[in-house]
Amino acid sequence: MSAPESLSLDLETLYRDSNVAAVLEALERELVGLVPVKTRVREIAALLLVEKLRRSVGLEAGAPSLHMSFTGNPGTGKTTVAMRMAEILHALGYSRKGHLVAVTRDDLVGQYIGHTAPKTKEVLKRAMGGVLFIDEAYYLYRPENERDYGQEAIEILLQVMENQREDLVVILAGYKDRMERFFSSNPGMASRIAHHVDFPDYDESELFAIAGIMLEKTKYRLDAGAEGALREYIALRKKQPHFANARSIRNALDRARLRQAKRLFEQRGARLTRDALMTITAADIRASRVFEGKGEES
Amino acid sequence: MRLTQGTFSFLPDLTDAQVRAQIEYCLKQGWAVSVEHTDDPHPRNAYWEMHGMPMFDLKDAAGVMAEVDECRKTFPRHYVKVNAFDATHGWEALRLSFIVNRPPQEPGFGLEREESAGRMQRYRLRAYAAERPEGERY
Repeated sequence: MSAPESLSLDLETLYRDSNVAAVLEALERELVGLVPVKTRVREIAALLLVEKLRRSVGLEAGAPSLHMSFTGNPGTGKTTVAMRMAEILHALGYSRKGHLVAVTRDDLVGQYIGHTAPKTKEVLKRAMGGVLFIDEAYYLYRPENERDYGQEAIEILLQVMENQREDLVVILAGYKDRMERFFSSNPGMASRIAHHVDFPDYDESELFAIAGIMLEKTKYRLDAGAEGALREYIALRKKQPHFANARSIRNALDRARLRQAKRLFEQRGARLTRDALMTITAADIRASRVFEGKGEES
Repeated sequence: MRLTQGTFSFLPDLTDAQVRAQIEYCLKQGWAVSVEHTDDPHPRNAYWEMHGMPMFDLKDAAGVMAEVDECRKTFPRHYVKVNAFDATHGWEALRLSFIVNRPPQEPGFGLEREESAGRMQRYRLRAYAAERPEGERY
């Protein structure tokens, strides 16, 4: 066995050789806020890296259980982080292909007797070598109907989660309270999930930063007035019902793009500059129904 | 007599690691892999029983290997083969097919001769195993 000095050196080279550093950096750069989530992702990455090193010096411990549950309100980045997670697991060699298969209850549960098992197994086979992301997982269990086929899907899932840990990582996602109820009625599922990650809501400055990233990706920019308008918009929209964090921001920006296009189209006689095509003005944002103090989704 | 057919008929039986590597290759080509079994070894028996549906959109061989193992467990004394179907226009055919499981004892075939019109001689292959009814062979 090697001396401790050379081991520490190994960990450093291993970290640099695997492209996990790039993925973690991208996670840090492209995802705003989400401190508890990022901490947990780093912990998992560290565990896998150390596990790899341990294996290389003959300290076998078996594949760690990496099934996860992501809880949080809509639009807090559960799916995005799941995709990043798949990349990290792939970069660390834990998952062979690193693809993400996103499913909901409809993809797993059948409509008649004997339909569920083949359907669930097919999805599981497709996800092997990667990550299976089950969105709104609590719908799998419907206690009000005792003949619901969801239970069958859960049992098959549990079996594969236990026996084929090295082939598949399962991530369950959903609202916090309903996921907690789901786990309390399915103790088998709760005990097989090692990592419960909670996604906090974004505050206003984080939402503004997210809007900035979204605009940058779509090659738009806000003029000076629009920035203030967007901040006001976020504050107002946050108080309204059906607020879905980053998703609401994306929808707002999409509608602002629509209004910008309409504005440019209406003055089509004038010469357009590249700059004008990129700029969203305060008027584009202030036209939203949110500023009228009524209207639930605008 | 050891029955051979399909892509690697000239090779000894593949190990599980080799089978997995072949399936991995098939998936990389975008072919749909399926598992079939039979207990009728006659070379003209082209219609084997399907074990589950053909598997589409797989990324990793683990899913197919699980299916192969399940088929071997259910029919330990049957022939089991893995097929890879290429759906691209112009092919639409099996591109790869090989045996992954065989019965422990293979009694082989007998050659039967039949006198026909004039001095014509007809030949027929008869699988000794097929003398018993389906499900009781091997």
